[in-house]
Order: sequence, then structure tokens, then C-alpha cells
Amino acid sequence: MSYYNEMYEGSRVRDPYARLSQWVETMPADFRQMKQAEAEALFRRIGITFAVYGEGGDPDRLIPFDMMPRVFEQAEWRRLERGIKQRARALNAFLRDVYGRAEIVRAGRIPARLVYQNEAYEKAVVGVVPPRGVYSHIIGIDLVRTAKDEFFVLEDNCRTPSGVSYMLENREIMMRMFPGLFRGNRIEPVDQYPDLLRRTLESVAPAKCHDRPTCVILTPGHFNSAYYEHSFLANLMGVELVEGADLFVDGEFVYMRTTQGPKRVDVIYRRIDDPFLDPLCFRPDSMLGVPGLMDVYRSGGVSICSAPGAGVADDKAIYTFVPEMVRFYLGEEPLLQNVQTWTLWKDDDYKFVMEHLPDLVVKEVHGSGGYGMLVGPRSTREEIEAFRAKIEANPGNYIAQPTLALSTCPTFVEEGLAPRHVDLRPYCLCGDRIELVPGGLTRVALREGSLVVNSSQGGGVKDTWVLSE
Amino acid sequence: MKLRIVHQTVYRYDRPVRNLVQSLRLTPSVCEGQRTHDWGIDVTGGIRGPGFRDGAGDWIEGWTVRGPTEEVAVTVTGRVETRDTAGVLRGHRELIHPLAYLRDTGATRADAALKDLAASVADAADSLDLAHRLSAAVSEAIAYVPGQTGFHTTAAEALAQGSGVCQDHAHALIAVARRRDLPARYVSGYLRATTEETAHEAAHAWAEIHVDRLGWIGFDPANRCCPDERYVRLGSGLDASDAAPIRGIAAGQGAETLDVAVNVEEVERFQSQSQGQTQS
Repeated sequence: MSYYNEMYEGSRVRDPYARLSQWVETMPADFRQMKQAEAEALFRRIGITFAVYGEGGDPDRLIPFDMMPRVFEQAEWRRLERGIKQRARALNAFLRDVYGRAEIVRAGRIPARLVYQNEAYEKAVVGVVPPRGVYSHIIGIDLVRTAKDEFFVLEDNCRTPSGVSYMLENREIMMRMFPGLFRGNRIEPVDQYPDLLRRTLESVAPAKCHDRPTCVILTPGHFNSAYYEHSFLANLMGVELVEGADLFVDGEFVYMRTTQGPKRVDVIYRRIDDPFLDPLCFRPDSMLGVPGLMDVYRSGGVSICSAPGAGVADDKAIYTFVPEMVRFYLGEEPLLQNVQTWTLWKDDDYKFVMEHLPDLVVKEVHGSGGYGMLVGPRSTREEIEAFRAKIEANPGNYIAQPTLALSTCPTFVEEGLAPRHVDLRPYCLCGDRIELVPGGLTRVALREGSLVVNSSQGGGVKDTWVLSE
Repeated sequence: MKLRIVHQTVYRYDRPVRNLVQSLRLTPSVCEGQRTHDWGIDVTGGIRGPGFRDGAGDWIEGWTVRGPTEEVAVTVTGRVETRDTAGVLRGHRELIHPLAYLRDTGATRADAALKDLAASVADAADSLDLAHRLSAAVSEAIAYVPGQTGFHTTAAEALAQGSGVCQDHAHALIAVARRRDLPARYVSGYLRATTEETAHEAAHAWAEIHVDRLGWIGFDPANRCCPDERYVRLGSGLDASDAAPIRGIAAGQGAETLDVAVNVEEVERFQSQSQGQTQS
């Protein structure tokens, strides 16, 4: 299999990488090692040691940072940006629809059972229309590239995608260590993200809020692997970071305890999952949430971002229908393609997949983080047969996709630069406007030949540049 | 039937509690065969919070009590005029798709015995007939015996011991109906109980099963019948916890004890308040 290397066209260095190529060539090896050690020390000092959403593993482990940036040209990025915003609009239209009249189900374009029997479908919010009709306010869309003009969406994250603090810190550290690089290149900034996020949250304040909205970030607490990110974002946005016990319901509203007395809260950016939000509506044993929160939310007294129930749009089974959503709600052709997906609960697909296991990637429908998956071409015959038995036991739990020829980016290894596979997670903000900072989080599979970029599987991160015109 | 209902739930705490928050599903459904007059909910020392009709058609009311307090009484009084609709839920405005009620919860998950019970019922000409047979099978399998099961008893546990109360019957019927691919849900409400019946609880629960063409139909396996004019419907959910008339929590270390008194009595006519007030 051949892979698209984002830095080269044949043996020629592509224009956006020209200066970086020079930079690397003139860099002495010992200087590079010194800088790599410096970067690691910086990350440790800042304390950014957490796993990306749902990846599990040791929360205090440092995710390796690669100093070689990934670069997009302005034109490449504009195309991606249009595709991402289009997809974000369709996902929110879908959520509005399935919690309302469900026209897409009535029209027979998505099977009713896939929606209503989905674990993430919350019947408690049926009929509730959040401010501006937005359910998912921060959408992380995972993209892979297979050729110069060929991008595919691997998955959508409509609940609480994390990792954006890496995007911000990677840039910060690169600028601190290599200020010269940023003088010579016209790189679009990403540091406006916290302001845009706050503006987005304020734009979806409930109608009952008449002053400047009070926003908070609700965290499960410091045991959570992404706690660093929660406090980092709260700090940059200038909003309070609260735990469930800091909030309480009184009458028709939610308040936070402050040293000056109770203060009404209008918008909650929650980083805890639906089942734990409110013991009076969901899991009665949850200690992380706020009792009565859902009644206040459902009667329009507070906004919750993302809205409870938003997860029904990002399930791997629903994923196969996102291009259909784009056509159905927007009347447009999807600008970003899905990866071809076989769903093993369909007989034909099952038969095909079982005959081609060595060539395919098989994933659990509700799995994440690179666990519980089979990468056929990289597995031994024993591994494949063991996985076959798991599929046979519960076919409905799996989907399969072709093994994609993920693009590579030059990455620092012992001997210098070497190609390593990458993906990209941009963060799309949806409020009164849909906004996207130019860039995102690039994850890189540091092991030679590996196609799995998850940090739990030996993945690292890179700064991601979008060059201005 | 003209029914007068007084329902009081008193929570007592051995140490004072603060910030008591409740979500109440304590207002009769708006549907055919059920007209509500002068319905009132009161929580001692409480502040009435948000009230809204949810996607299932239930009227939900949030209440908060700031405290500190050692006792909170939730008192519901009102009158409901009922008519027999042969168990059919009609004129009830709800938005949730029936397929959302095929999902299992801990209380309604079918173990091997429940699966066997579901499979033991012969196929029927239509889903209504099947629902009747499933309800009869549950009535046979679980005897009405109060005091042997609790709020946290699951359908599987109740079937294993072969006895239970209305909550257990409803859970078991929901479990077997879902096994047969019929959407099913838990309904809480009141029952005007007369002495001949087996189940004497005035605070009552039963199941609804969704059948083609007719929609939601009530089944009360504890009393081997479909709800009639003796029944007052409050609200529904996936199981007893999801459909609970009162869900509440308080801040503090106080241990809670609970007293419930429900009185449902038939009256000749509603007294002189001429202005009937209907919930909408």
C-alpha cells in the first residue's frame, strides 16, 4: 500500500513545507534533542498530561509532542472548513428533528429503530427545543486524508470532545521555543478559540436571561482524565469551573455558590455525561450532577452545552447516515465523504466482512480509543480468528471499514525525520454562528507503520498550521 | 365515576436537611375518560419551580425546599371524573415514539426465566391479543402477595419468588412484552379499590403496551384486568423509577423515613365549587 506524504510531491518538497524543510535541514541533531527535551519539560510543568476523550489509560501520562508541524495551505483548509461546517449544520438539524417531528424517520431515510433504540437517545428531552435549536455546540470531527484532495470523516463527536487544550498548548509551546519560525511563516492564529467558545456559549443563553449570561464549566472533578483541560478552558474563558456540588436548583433557576452569595447560572458547558447530569431525571445514584437540573433545563431556565441527548448523532451506526442527513436537511451534496462502512447486523455485509477480515478494520459500535478493534492487515492469523469468534457471538456490535491509506507527515524519530500516519480533529463551534478556528488537533501514530493514532496506542500530537494567503 | 383523591407523602429526617429538590409527576394525565377538577399540589415550606409538560405528555413540577427542616409533606388533593375507555389511552398528547419504549432497564431486564415466560405465550392473531395473553401469563406466574418485595425488586427477582405487588407485575409484563417486540411502559396512578379485588393499593401501578392501530393500552396484571373508571393515570416511564410520582433528594446527612397515605373515594357529586378547572 502506498501512502500520501503531505510534505512531498514526488521528491519535491511542497510549497507549504518549503521553509520547514529548510529549518529541519539546517538544524543540528544535538539542538533538536535539546529542544525535544525542553518541550517535554514545558508540558510537564504546565501539567498537561491527560488522555484524549474516552481513550482510557494512565491519565498522568504525557502524550508525546512532535515538534515537526503539520501544514495546510489556505485553499486546502477552506475546502475542509466548508465541509466541516456543512456536516455540523446537518448534525444539529438531525438532532432538532429526532427530538421533534422526526421527518427523516417518517421519510424512511433512517431506520426508526436505529434512532429510538439507541442508548444515547434521551426520551426525557423529546419536544425540548434548546435556544437557537442548537444541541451540539462543540463538534469534534475526526478526519483522515488519503490523497492530495481526498479526506474522509472517521467519526463525529457531538457530546464533549476533548483535546482542544492540546491544540492551544502545542501552538503556545512551538511559539515559545521557535519564535523565528513564526516570523518567517504566515500562520493563522488559533488562540482566539477560548473567546469564540465563550461567545458561542453566551449566544445560546436561555430567553429568560436578560443580562450578560453567566457561563460555567461543569467538571466531574479532578479525578477525571480531562480535568486539566476543564480548568485550562475555564481559566482562558474567564468563567468559573464548578463541580455538581457547587450548583443548586432553587425555584425556576440554577445557582452557583459564591463567596458573595448565590449567583444565577445561565449556560452550563458540561464535561460530564448525560446519565450523571441529574439524579432526579437520569441515574438516581449519580453524585456528580445537580438535582433538579433537568427540570430547569426543560422549562427553559438554563442552557446545557452540549444538550442532553446530543449523543444520538455521533454513534457509529448513525454515522453511516450523516451524508444522507446533509442531503435531507440541507439539500446539498456532502463535501466531506464518509468512509465506506459495512454494518454487520445486515446479512450481506456480514457475509462480505467475514470473507475479507484480513483486509478490513473492524470496530465495536460503541467502542472508542482504538480498543476492541481489529486492523486486519496488521494482525496475525490467530488474532484474526480470535476476533472472528467475537464477531460471531454478537454481530450487531460491529462495523467494518476498508483499511485506509492514511496520509503521513514527517515526524521526528531517532534518526531524523520519518513519515508517520496522522489524523486531524478540528473543533467546530455552533451557536448563533458556526465557527472554526483554522487548525485542530493532529494526532500522529509514532510507531513505524502503525495506523492507530490514539494516545493509548502510542500516538502523539503535533502543532497544526494553516497558512494565510 | 367521581373520585376524590387525597395523597400525602411525609418525609421525616433524623437530622435537619437543606436544599431539598423534588421532581413531581403528580398531576392526572389529560386524556379521554379523565377530567380533573381543582387539582392542588403543596409542599410544606416549598417553592414551586418549573412546571412543564414533557414529551411523554406528563405534567412535571419541580419544587425546592431551602430548609433546614426535619419534615416535608407533599400533599395532593383533587377530584377526577373518570369514564371507562376499556384500557385504551386516547386523546393523550405525547411526542415520544413508541419504539423508545423497547429499551430495557435494570428493573425490566429479562433473565432466562422471563425469556422463557415470554416465549411460552403462543403467537396470537394480532398484537392486542398477544398483549392480553402476556398479561394473563404474568398474573399466573406472580401471585399478589404484599410485603415480600420492595421498590428495588426487579422483574426477574419477582418472577423467581413467584410473588409481588403491582410494581412487580408491571415490571414483569413490561419485560415479557419487550421480549416479544411490543413497546411497553410503566404507569403510575391511583386506584379506587373495592374489597373484592386482590390488590388494595390506592397508589397503584400498571403497564401500557403499544399495539398496532390502537396505540397504548393499559394492562393491570395485578388485578387481571385493563384499567377502567376506577383508575386515575398520572404518568409513565421505562420502569417504576423512571415513572415515579416523586423523585427527590436533599443535602445533608439525615436518615429519611417515609409515610404515605392515599385515599381515593367515590363521591356522589362534586361539592358546590361550580367552576371545574381542568389541567391543560
